[in-house]
Amino acid sequence: MSSPLLAIILLSPLVGALIISALPPQNLLGIRRIAVSSSALCLVCALGVILSYDTVKAGYQQQIYLPWIPSLGIGFHLGVDGISSVLVLLHGLCAFSGVLISYAITQQVKEYFIFYLTLIAGVFGVFLSIDVFFFYFFYEMAVIPMYPLIGIWGSDVKEEGVVRFSKEYATMKLTIYLTLGAVIALIGLLWLYVSSGSHTFDLIQMQQHLDNHPLAVSVQRSIFLLLLIGFGFIAPMWPFHSWSPIGHAAAPSAVSMLHAGVLMKLGSYAIIRLAIGLLPEGAKFWLPWVAGLCVMNILYGGLVAMAQKDLKLVIGYSSSSHMGYVLLGTACLTSLALDGAVLLMFAHGLMTALAFAMIGHIYDQTHTRYLPDLGGLAHQVPFIATCGVIAAMASSGLPGFANFVAETLVFVGAWDSHPVAVACGVVGLVITAVYMLRLVRGTFFGPALRSFASVRDASSPFSRLSYALLIGVLLFIGCWPRPILKIIDVSAQSIVARALRQHQPEPEPETIPVEWVKVPNP
Amino acid sequence: MPDIHLSPFISCLSWTLLLAPLIAASAIWLFGIHRRRLAANLALTGMVTSFGCALWVFDQALRQHSHAFAWESSVEWLSVPGFTVSFGVLLDPLSLLMTLIVTGVGSLIFLYSTAYMKADAAFSRYFGVLSLFAFSMLTIVLSPNWIQLFIGWELVGFCSYLLIGHWYAKPSAAEAGKKAFMVNRVADCGFLLGILALWGISGSAASERTLHFHSLQARLPDLIASGAIPSSLLTLVGLLLFCGPIGKSAQFPLHVWLPDAMEGPTPVSALIHAATMVAAGVYLLCRSFWLFAMSPVTLSTIAWVGGLSAILSALLAVVEQDLKRILAYSTLSQLGYMVMAVGLGSPIAGMYHLSTHAFFKALLFLAAGSVIHGTHQQDIRKLGALRRSMPWTSGSFAIGSLALCGIPGLSGFFSKDAILVLAHERNAILYWLAVSTAGLTAFYIGRAWFVAFTGTSHGTHAHESPPIMTGPLSILAVLSIVGGYLGIPHFLGHPNETIHWQVVFTSISAAGIGLALSWLIYGRHWLSAQKLVLALAVPYSFLQRRYGIDEFYNAYVTHIQQRFIAGFCAWFERACIIRIGVNGIAWTTYYASWLIRLWQTGKVQTYALTFLIGVLGLIFHLIRQ
Repeated sequence: MSSPLLAIILLSPLVGALIISALPPQNLLGIRRIAVSSSALCLVCALGVILSYDTVKAGYQQQIYLPWIPSLGIGFHLGVDGISSVLVLLHGLCAFSGVLISYAITQQVKEYFIFYLTLIAGVFGVFLSIDVFFFYFFYEMAVIPMYPLIGIWGSDVKEEGVVRFSKEYATMKLTIYLTLGAVIALIGLLWLYVSSGSHTFDLIQMQQHLDNHPLAVSVQRSIFLLLLIGFGFIAPMWPFHSWSPIGHAAAPSAVSMLHAGVLMKLGSYAIIRLAIGLLPEGAKFWLPWVAGLCVMNILYGGLVAMAQKDLKLVIGYSSSSHMGYVLLGTACLTSLALDGAVLLMFAHGLMTALAFAMIGHIYDQTHTRYLPDLGGLAHQVPFIATCGVIAAMASSGLPGFANFVAETLVFVGAWDSHPVAVACGVVGLVITAVYMLRLVRGTFFGPALRSFASVRDASSPFSRLSYALLIGVLLFIGCWPRPILKIIDVSAQSIVARALRQHQPEPEPETIPVEWVKVPNP
Repeated sequence: MPDIHLSPFISCLSWTLLLAPLIAASAIWLFGIHRRRLAANLALTGMVTSFGCALWVFDQALRQHSHAFAWESSVEWLSVPGFTVSFGVLLDPLSLLMTLIVTGVGSLIFLYSTAYMKADAAFSRYFGVLSLFAFSMLTIVLSPNWIQLFIGWELVGFCSYLLIGHWYAKPSAAEAGKKAFMVNRVADCGFLLGILALWGISGSAASERTLHFHSLQARLPDLIASGAIPSSLLTLVGLLLFCGPIGKSAQFPLHVWLPDAMEGPTPVSALIHAATMVAAGVYLLCRSFWLFAMSPVTLSTIAWVGGLSAILSALLAVVEQDLKRILAYSTLSQLGYMVMAVGLGSPIAGMYHLSTHAFFKALLFLAAGSVIHGTHQQDIRKLGALRRSMPWTSGSFAIGSLALCGIPGLSGFFSKDAILVLAHERNAILYWLAVSTAGLTAFYIGRAWFVAFTGTSHGTHAHESPPIMTGPLSILAVLSIVGGYLGIPHFLGHPNETIHWQVVFTSISAAGIGLALSWLIYGRHWLSAQKLVLALAVPYSFLQRRYGIDEFYNAYVTHIQQRFIAGFCAWFERACIIRIGVNGIAWTTYYASWLIRLWQTGKVQTYALTFLIGVLGLIFHLIRQ
């Protein structure tokens, strides 16, 4: 056990939730302070993790291991590699700004923060676990608080005053979808556990075992398909995406931030980590299909976003469109594209969190998110309008923001294998610009409307801090991407190298001595 | 091969030159957004520092023995195995000339803006964006590789979006900004694909590839000679890359954004939409001329697009009533000349015209701005007799107009003549198009002059602008006069050419006829303009509808793109995926459970009956065995 950073990251929100549950519900100040300080502690530790990541040594670092059920090979095993440390930082940033944005919540504050902190802990758990059992456990732990968070504190999606999707519908659909995806993936994981014969859920050991005893190609392909569909639900891959825009739209803004910002990335993260990492033959077979679906994601999601009139639905569909770029980067099996995909998860997470925070503020102030009702808000909320323009520009891949670097890497990495998909991706950027500029134009520009005369700008230092943090990191990474890419690249290289390695067919155990089978570890 | 050596001193200067406006912009955004004077001072300091450094570097460059210097200093901005992008400065005659124009004209326009924008509420924001623009433009100009160029390319588009929409409360300004960004985005889509394709052909494996200008120039000819790159692919790359200049330099058919961009403040129109940003497309063509020159198809496409843009926009300028929009069409037309010059094989002629055009068009725009400042009116029909009330402004406008017409002795004459001589040698049709454009140019600018500056006043109260505005006008006026004697082609490495008398005579006659006609119609009223319009009603209204191109795009966007394509996807999403797919599965589950629930009646009889059926079935099964 090297350093307790990972344990602090995981436990801090849980301890925060516990303390809050002991506080009286009237003590709003105390509840908020606990929530802010526990998420701030997570952020600081996440920064510590990424700053102390040793790119020379690479591999999983800061490991913590506690045996739990040795007979089944289940242990509480935490650790981060380059990819997960970046995503942990993303989650730390989104969670902290989400908690600050949650100051706008006024009803049942205590319960809200208990659920919210549990959600935060669950997502951290997924990124930190290198035991497949706990990976799954934390994933479910993150999904469950979603249900009450949207159902109680959410809002209906209205169109011209008529409810189009109620929040109950949205939360039901989201929870069932996410659980169903997880169950399909679980079947795949259990199949993998049984057929590999490794008797361990530990990712590192499983990987070593599979390197030495690769599964038959047909089995790999079947398991890969299960994992791909299961995690594809979460990613969200077309046509299994419809839970996400509606779920984002109905959720309270801080939950949308975490949800679109981080939770959706769990799907692609799991595909990279488990499906591609463990099943190279399956990956080679199925990933070209994924590249085709990404194009659907990018273009279809973008076009649907173009036709939406609810601000949150626009961003919701744009997220599903942009996750197409992440999947495209994942589907190429080149380290360049994978670097781009991981960086895009990071950049897109921050950008979406920014967009949802901004829309949340507008909704709180004007009580509407319906585009035709809005206009001229830049007069009343110059700060929020600036954030809106920045989010729109980051989203359409303007240089200077991390999104541009990530998208460029995806395009460059995918160019050789999927030039047509890249061309569609570039067209997708035009579509993004269309709906984002329309959103900015419709919301902020134009003459000031009298009905919004009493609208207030985000003036409290706390809320400004959360916007500034998201924008600052997007700009910093966009202007100086080298350090973070170095961290990502070390892990991306090893995943790609593992997936592309030519496996020898499993030799007959009787004829060949055991020593020959053992491939030395890289 | 040019020498790459760069002394630490020049390196330091060139980095200051690039970064000074960025530092100014950041400082304005962080500290100056509520402090007007600080913002203006910061912006001005940044720009003038840049200009000072550029002059210093220029002085150093003149001390070089050869004109083929190329200094480079860069840092690795993005570096992952297989893809490295550097960020830095590349100084050679081409980029140095462009830098001098951008920073020099930029400094004057910044100064002018302090007075022009004085009453504006968002004064600091204006200077913040303007400084960011200066940095972005220098990023393009000094770029040593395609990616950095693309970065600057997108950033100037963003600044242009913000500055066109500066008065965002006006719906037309907000729409114009959006339109400019979108049209450029569409063009950049092709441009980015072109860059990716260029990267793809520059080597067989990722690690060997490059997007560095000099490395590409050193490597690609060999690859082409060895047959590794088919010529059709090279043409495709060239055409895709040319998409960028079509958007940024507003060539037909993507020119529609530039006239609308006149919604922005006038100094912005002068700096961004006349002198610098729109010229970036031409600069790009000159920067990688060797690449475009490898494919004759690409080159002739470039020439024709430029030539057609020149004449088509000059025709539009003839029927326009808005002073700034006349100048905008004129810019389009002059950009067409430059693009055509590159397409006909002479980037130096293109750059020469770019430089002189930057002087006289910035002058014309600033003079127009001074008119707007003094009269709050920009419709030429409502202006008149400004010559008396605004002498400095009128004088500058006259000098700019004459330079634009190509009157011998002024800067426009020399650069336009270089292009006409070129066209005369290479392509007869384009030559006559260009000559007709010269005639039209003289006609429309003469019209603007006679209607707005002479004749009778229409009761608009006019006053001369303060010296801080007329000062830059005077400097630009001097530059517009002497621009032809500065030796710009020589600096770019072109020997002095002899005068081609036949072409000179033709072009002077064309300009003379245009000016004389405008004088007869609008100055002497010898021919009635109204009668002319009535006589030419059909072509006139066609021109007033701007060839119907804007209508076509609007119809495409609202009906096809928004209503049909996006509408269909949204319908498919709601009807098929959500209603049939997802909710369908939910309803199936619901009704299946409803069917099963029918069984659960809660009556003992039902359960007993079910039990009995089960037992009987079991017995039957056992008996059969």
